[in-house]
Amino acid sequence: MTSTVVEPIPRGTLGRRVGRELTDWAPAAAVFVLGIALWEGLVRGLNIQEFLLPPPSEILQTLWTERDTLWSAGWFTFQEAFGGWLIGCSVAMLTALVLARWRTLSTALMPFAIAANAIPIIAFAPITNNWFGALNQSSKMVIAAVLCYFPVLVNTLRGLTSVRPQQIELMRSYAAGEVEIFRRVRIPNALPYIFTGLKVATVLAMIGAIVGDWFGGSLDALGVEIQRQAGVFAFTEAWAAIVVASVLGIAFYAAVAIVERLTMGWHPSSRTE
Amino acid sequence: MSVVSLQRVSKKFGVGGVRALQAIDLEIGEREFVSLIGPSGCGKSTLLRIVGDLIQPSTGKVVVNGKTPHQARLDRDYGIVFQDAVLFDWRTVAKNISLPLEMVGWDRAKRTERVNELLELVELVGFEGHHPWQLSGGMQQRVSIARALSFNPPLLLMDEPFGALDEMTRERLNLELLRIWEASGSTVVFVTHSIAEAVFLSTRVVVMSARPGRIVGIVDVDLAQPRTADTREEERFADLIREVRHLLRRDGGLDVEEPTPTGEQDFIAAEEALD
Repeated sequence: MTSTVVEPIPRGTLGRRVGRELTDWAPAAAVFVLGIALWEGLVRGLNIQEFLLPPPSEILQTLWTERDTLWSAGWFTFQEAFGGWLIGCSVAMLTALVLARWRTLSTALMPFAIAANAIPIIAFAPITNNWFGALNQSSKMVIAAVLCYFPVLVNTLRGLTSVRPQQIELMRSYAAGEVEIFRRVRIPNALPYIFTGLKVATVLAMIGAIVGDWFGGSLDALGVEIQRQAGVFAFTEAWAAIVVASVLGIAFYAAVAIVERLTMGWHPSSRTE
Repeated sequence: MSVVSLQRVSKKFGVGGVRALQAIDLEIGEREFVSLIGPSGCGKSTLLRIVGDLIQPSTGKVVVNGKTPHQARLDRDYGIVFQDAVLFDWRTVAKNISLPLEMVGWDRAKRTERVNELLELVELVGFEGHHPWQLSGGMQQRVSIARALSFNPPLLLMDEPFGALDEMTRERLNLELLRIWEASGSTVVFVTHSIAEAVFLSTRVVVMSARPGRIVGIVDVDLAQPRTADTREEERFADLIREVRHLLRRDGGLDVEEPTPTGEQDFIAAEEALD
């Protein structure tokens, strides 16, 4: 019996697949290189002063000469971000599981969660510094964790509850209890939503860590480094630190995205058409 | 022995709400193929779900396979197929079919064996590693049917399973379903909007009225078994269709054979199925 079917495109060897990915990225890479070249050209050509906008070549040089400081500062700050991300995301996912299981709790607590999310958490940085110590990484982890909490909670909850009624009926026809329904339907269904939340959270965690350090943090922190260098008008050094922060942020996001790709090959977003 | 017995079953949703069913009396025997047909909102999907213990009746007595519907559901005495294939995207075809078997605790070897049997039955051999989105609508429904049959239940409940498919696929799947019914020896309760489909598939057609749903009449389909594509050409086939249509017209002035709206099913499912 013939039917119209979307045949899976043969994926090819690993080498082929990596090669294909690289060619997909080639145009974007070209734009990036062009952009940097343009930046360099404009700064040199228009003789823009270094403290306004350093040329990329200078920034690269500083990245090299200051690499030790920048590397340890980056690592220090990343620990704050990652720790906060881990804590915030785990607590959020646990909360979502509870709220999905007992819906009445959800209606009682969601208004507070929404209100709490409207508060600029970063305003609490001086408070957490007071509680945990400004030089302590924990104070920034808390900020990062709180920033991560709400997006992950909302996404996870939506994923757990956006199951179609017929899927529940189907499970009930198999005499499934709540736990089985969670295990076999709600949680797998929620995975795409959870990953979305986790990716958003990586960005927020980095922001929380870096900006939190501006309100008082160890000299070992990237945020403090940026602020300090800017404060003495050493903008090339500040830019170098910013580049490090950006690279870390992108790498963090990308790492989560890669895990997502690996675990969810079945999802529409990663289907090769 | 009757597989499904309904006595004075009625259903009213909510306090002072919609009366979906009224005084339904029906006995369904072993190996029968009974279709429920009626206008939208007549409660046929509700009735199916009452048999499956997915909705509780307001009054009346329901016996399924000699037990209460609740016990029958716990004992997994029936398989259910919806208009939507309701397959899980994160599982392959094989794993979708083996889901109920996993839940009952069959070991892997036994599961694989059964899945292969079923894939042969629904003619989807070679597609075990595919994902639902890689299949056409008709193929997805066949997976859904295979899944419903996985633990060989004595009863099969089908809620307009071919409603979302085109006419040709529908007719083809009708023949397939009859072949499967024959091979599995199960009893089928089949909800449909299509008079031709009801007559073609069934041993009996139960005609229901508009809301509140009552049984207006039951038509015995005495066409020869096994039914083939030629059965549709017989004069008796046309006569039976006429008979069913008259019963439908007599109550509520309607012309059936409309495409299935989703309203009734979603309403019912949302009301009762989600706790």
